[in-house]
Amino acid sequence: MNSPTTSGIVAGRLNEQQLADNFSDLHAPLDPHEASVAADRCYFCHDAPCVTACPTDIDIPLFIRQIATGQPEGAAKTILSQNILGGMCARVCPTETLCEQACVREEAEGKPVIIGQLQRFATDTLMAQGIHPFAREGNTGKRVAVVGAGPSGLACAHRLAMRGHDVVIYEASTKAGGLNEFGIAAYKSTDDFAAKEVDWLLKIGGITIETGKALGQGLNLSDLTSEFDAVFLSIGLGGVNDLAASGADKIGVTDAVDFISLLRQTDDLKTLPIGRNVVVIGGGMTAVDAAVQSKLLGAENVTIAYRRGRDRMAASEFEQDLATSKGVRILYNLQPVAFHGNGSVVEVEFEYTADTPTGLQGTGETMRIPADQVFKAIGQTLETSEQLKIERGKIAVTGAGRTSVGGVWAGGDCALGGEDLTVTAVAEGRDAAEDIHQTLMGKA
Amino acid sequence: MADLTTNFLGITSPNPFWLASAPPTDKEYNVRRAFEAGWGGVVWKTLGSEGPPIVNVNGPRYGAIYGADRRLLGLNNIELITDRPLETNLEEMARVKADYPDRALIASIMVPCEEEAWKAILPRVEETNADGIELNFGCPHGMSERGMGAAVGQVPEYIEMVTRWCKKYYDRPVIVKLTPNITDVRYPARAAKNGGADAVSLINTISSITSVNLDNFSPEPSIDGKGSHGGYCGPAVKPIAMNMVAEIARDPETHGLPISGIGGVTTWRDAAEFMSLGAGNVQVCTAAMTYGFKIVQEMITGLSEWMDKKGYTSTSDFIGQAVPNVTDWQYLNLNYIAKAKIDQDACIKCGRCYIACEDTSHQAIWMKEGRVFEVNDAECVACNLCVDVCPIEGCITMERMPAGATDPRTGQTVQDEYANWTMHPNNPSSQAAE
Ligand SMILES: Cc1cc2nc3c(=O)[nH]c(=O)nc-3n(C[C@H](O)[C@H](O)[C@H](O)COP(=O)(O)OP(=O)(O)OC[C@H]3O[C@@H](n4cnc5c(N)ncnc54)[C@H](O)[C@@H]3O)c2cc1C
Ligand SMILES: Cc1cc2nc3c(=O)[nH]c(=O)nc-3n(C[C@H](O)[C@H](O)[C@H](O)COP(=O)(O)O)c2cc1C
Ligand code: SF4
Repeated sequence: MNSPTTSGIVAGRLNEQQLADNFSDLHAPLDPHEASVAADRCYFCHDAPCVTACPTDIDIPLFIRQIATGQPEGAAKTILSQNILGGMCARVCPTETLCEQACVREEAEGKPVIIGQLQRFATDTLMAQGIHPFAREGNTGKRVAVVGAGPSGLACAHRLAMRGHDVVIYEASTKAGGLNEFGIAAYKSTDDFAAKEVDWLLKIGGITIETGKALGQGLNLSDLTSEFDAVFLSIGLGGVNDLAASGADKIGVTDAVDFISLLRQTDDLKTLPIGRNVVVIGGGMTAVDAAVQSKLLGAENVTIAYRRGRDRMAASEFEQDLATSKGVRILYNLQPVAFHGNGSVVEVEFEYTADTPTGLQGTGETMRIPADQVFKAIGQTLETSEQLKIERGKIAVTGAGRTSVGGVWAGGDCALGGEDLTVTAVAEGRDAAEDIHQTLMGKA
Repeated sequence: MADLTTNFLGITSPNPFWLASAPPTDKEYNVRRAFEAGWGGVVWKTLGSEGPPIVNVNGPRYGAIYGADRRLLGLNNIELITDRPLETNLEEMARVKADYPDRALIASIMVPCEEEAWKAILPRVEETNADGIELNFGCPHGMSERGMGAAVGQVPEYIEMVTRWCKKYYDRPVIVKLTPNITDVRYPARAAKNGGADAVSLINTISSITSVNLDNFSPEPSIDGKGSHGGYCGPAVKPIAMNMVAEIARDPETHGLPISGIGGVTTWRDAAEFMSLGAGNVQVCTAAMTYGFKIVQEMITGLSEWMDKKGYTSTSDFIGQAVPNVTDWQYLNLNYIAKAKIDQDACIKCGRCYIACEDTSHQAIWMKEGRVFEVNDAECVACNLCVDVCPIEGCITMERMPAGATDPRTGQTVQDEYANWTMHPNNPSSQAAE
């Protein structure tokens, strides 16, 4: 039996019960009593700021009032009509920087209405009954290809199917869901929720998913545009940024997203190896998720090293607090300069940095942190060879996701604009679908 | 701590908080606990005639209305008077009174509208050494179908007649408990006074249906699929009760008649309000049934602290203080002009004032860039709706316009002198000011 102090990258540092506890729901679902107490706190604001703050514009006061009056299913319909992945968003949205930050009760008492958890209560109630509350409009005879079955592609496909179009989704991976399935922290989407949500979404009908089919590998854009009436690209960011530090090829240095993806697809977490001294390089949600989950797997020491100051960190304050509460150490103003070790990494050497008027600069002073496993979480990049206009590393779009190529729309992480969040991906997929619909029906 | 000792009809109690005749006062066990908790007096659960006791339903007898967070705002009941033998109640009352001589103990009575019935029960009650009696002319359900309770309270002649009998066969104070299920409470109050009542107490419960089960369409509380109207009480009825108390207090025919105020009293503040409207003390039922007897501690400390702050040394210092200020609409000063004012620092930007005014009132609140809400004095009629819907106490206030200023809504100069509707030029029967 291994323990957190066993050296090297080993499996089984914690027992089954510890792992089950560690990877259970971050927020336990509300029971009906908790939901009604929480719902009673909503003021039913006029032109509510929470709605403005929601990228999918869910009518939050309305759905909360529906919960308060004993109609959780109606509440779910209010949510899902704007955001078909409202169930996942309820779990993964950084509400502390979105709706809940805007809630007037945050201003009044520093305690917002717990909108995210209420949203989960409503959507879980409906989905537990196996109800899919939307039906397709009359068939239009139009066919649309969606490339990538992440949240953006799924939201687009659902809205298109609802408007009466037939949709084929081409997905490179063996499973649909995108980062919902492979990226989101395990404790945010427990009990195989991502896959269940996809199955539930597909109940609308009219959507076919072809897995193992990748654009650029057998599929190309011009074939798609000639075969289909429109194409929506939602391929996310498949590549990862490289580190400039030397020795990045040492054993034990990997991409955080690969680690998380492996973790999400491992049925028995006792079999998943993790280092004793884990160092995560980066400052976003991916860094936090990799660090927290390393700790939850039983790593003894987990450090996040971020090259700028705390205020610049992309991970929200809530996420940072979550990490530190789980025992993760966060160090600021450190950039990696070298990975040391003979074959396998044993230490990371960092240089201190300072924000100067001319940008981030190394101070020359260095320090070392022991590490048998290093996760790079310094951002993902777009991978495509298609002849699309690219701007700042993403597919350039105008309006509701129109790309430089006629008949081709794009949304989600791969497209320019908006934050790289699940909810933004959903909003862009939905809006592109409406624009495609208008275009195909000759209304736009 | 101000002394809360209250003298009501010559009956002294350590504080003005009595428990109303209801389940909390139905037996010795409860009443002893109430006195230990600090209640100043009790009106024992209503007694009926000698003989086979009353029978209650064996299913739910209460229904409820809730506010946010399931706060009980209103309770309704279909309970009848005591369902225990008269003898048992009388023995217990005597024992309790002997053990708590400093507390008020009043017997509530409801027997048929026949002189013999009253003549029979009154001496028995007298033997218990109770401090007085309260005639239950208020129960709106069950007993009223049998010609008692509200059935008597709704006919002033009966009230007068029964009160007279009681004064004839009983030497201690007689309180007449009034029903609110009438159109003008002054008539039953006058009848009680004419019959010789020492005081009136009000209100008893209001006829009500609290809810309907939408599966089987039975009113709640449901007894085997059927419901009967019950009596409504609790915080929701306080405004109705206070108005009735004030009507009696300011009616020239009953002015000065002692009143025991009942209906929704939940906090010291409610009690102080009732008393300022002329009640010599208050009675409480629902608040105790919701939270237990301990609430009286909050009432005692709250009322004495308020009295200390105001410099009152006795409850009689403030009883009735608000009565002269209760007037008819026609005497309200139409030259009093106010405007709503929003405290921008306190505002949390919920926008409720805006939408309430915009959709349903006078379009007098602007919603400006950045969710800044401001009052447009040129439209504001000072209706108070924005104040009432604002979740933050004190955020919106009504500011009086000083005399000499120009009201931007009417373009008229604010007048210093008092002028009411009876003097208004739009009133066809007004006397033109000379
Ligand atoms: C580790 C991690 C944690 C995150 N945590 C959160 C969080 O807690 N909350 C939050 O809101 N956001 C979070 N995000 C961001 C969020 O997951 C993304 O913004 C969102 O998934 C973007 O959706 P998408 O549909 O654009 O892309 P993706 O979810 O990336 O989906 C793209 C899909 O396209 C497929 N694909 C890629 N290339 C091709 C191709 N050439 N041909 C066919 N198919 C292709 C992929 O296999 C994938 O299924 C996290 C991201 C990461 C990496
Ligand atoms: C369950 C219940 C039973 C009651 N029974 C009587 C009664 O027997 N006699 C009576 O005079 N009033 C009775 N009342 C009315 C109360 O004494 C009181 O007048 C009324 O509840 C209003 O006061 P509150 O708002 O403090 O409850 C009863 C009230 C309730 C809730
Ligand atoms: S801002 Fe808060 S209180 Fe206002 S409607 Fe939204 S959730 Fe309710």
